[in-house]
Amino acid sequence: MPFHHPPEDVLFDYAAGSVREPLGLVVATHLALCPACRRQVRELETIGGALLEQLPGSPPRIAAIDALLGRLDEPEPAAPSSPAFDAETRRLVPAPLRAYLGASLKDIAWRPVTRGLAEHDLALAPPGVKTQLLRIRAGAAIPRHGHGGSEAVLVLDGGFSDELGTYARGDLALSDGTIVHRPVADADGDCLCLAVVEGGVRLAGPLGRLLNLFTRA
Amino acid sequence: MTQTIALRAPTVDAPALPAAWPKRTARLVGLAAPAIKGAMPAGASVARTDQERRLVDLIGRIARHRERDAFVALFDHFAPRIKAYLVRLGSDDANAEELTQEVMLAVWRRAASFNPSLAAVSTWVFTIARNKRIDRLRRERRPEIEPDDPALVPEPETPADVALEAAQTGGRLRAAIADLPGEQQQLLLMAFFEDKSHSAIAAETRLPLGTVKSRIRLALIRLRGTLEST
Repeated sequence: MPFHHPPEDVLFDYAAGSVREPLGLVVATHLALCPACRRQVRELETIGGALLEQLPGSPPRIAAIDALLGRLDEPEPAAPSSPAFDAETRRLVPAPLRAYLGASLKDIAWRPVTRGLAEHDLALAPPGVKTQLLRIRAGAAIPRHGHGGSEAVLVLDGGFSDELGTYARGDLALSDGTIVHRPVADADGDCLCLAVVEGGVRLAGPLGRLLNLFTRA
Repeated sequence: MTQTIALRAPTVDAPALPAAWPKRTARLVGLAAPAIKGAMPAGASVARTDQERRLVDLIGRIARHRERDAFVALFDHFAPRIKAYLVRLGSDDANAEELTQEVMLAVWRRAASFNPSLAAVSTWVFTIARNKRIDRLRRERRPEIEPDDPALVPEPETPADVALEAAQTGGRLRAAIADLPGEQQQLLLMAFFEDKSHSAIAAETRLPLGTVKSRIRLALIRLRGTLEST
């Protein structure tokens, strides 16, 4: 069972429907791995249902029900077909996130960033935001860095630690502009994460500051 | 219930992530835990309201026998509310009308997947309307869990034991919402009916984000208290 959960206000925004898609994806993927938060969201949705119940009615036009009755026997539009995922992908990647994958984990294009870190961008990118899978090699460290904006990282497999905690499958690590950290993947296996990153990262330390001049944050 | 919030178009340029998160150390306590501990003890039951019984029955008749009469009755109950919900969220009359039909069509098609031990009918219909709106009006996908996902971590208890108070307390919950202080009600309405996240509410009301969070949290504590006091 996960230990690090989304903040209560984020679960609330998810239940109310005001959360944007990238963070919604992080929440839904966490929910698949966390019965406790699932229960909390159901409770919040109950409030939505109660508010819906007490809305003053705005009756649809009389013709509406007739038009609708005529459509009840229409064949249901086929759901978009999804690729046949391998067993590992179905075990590690919960359904809400799987829906964004074009192929199994071993077949998607991974872009090496450092020797220990590879990224795969998901086609879900409002301006200024990156939504990606991260794969950190067992025992590898991501160079110490700060953040230009907020970042949400959800562990899907393996685990990592940084100055602020230890994160395993289902755990959510949240960073914002105030946090500088050096995440290190657990030694006993690769770490797979879903990350939503806003505003890029800034490498810390003298060498990092130099490198920042050559990389686009 | 006070309804003093003006109609507004959906926020399309809302930030994807909050500008700041709570301190990580504060979260070590585990936010989800208190709500679980405070939940209704297993086996406690409240008589369902007659209305809820009737709605559950209607869905069952659609699921089992595709009964059109049951669907018409369900439409009469929910369609005006769904339409009002969509209009509150900035939809014009024609769009709201069309989308209401889509929502009710989904109700017809998915009736067999409704589980009365997990949710009240109004909760289920709310989630369908909410997701259709995100899909069609905001043009975003709505990531949702799938109950038969092999990666889903199952509930620790059997579903019967965790049977949600949700299904049983609709009427009491509505009364409790009506009893909330006006400022708390207003924030709930902004969140559910105006597509406003916590930070968007803070920006619009010019209240500090912490104040918005604590007012909504206070409202939730009161509402949860209602769910538990049997």
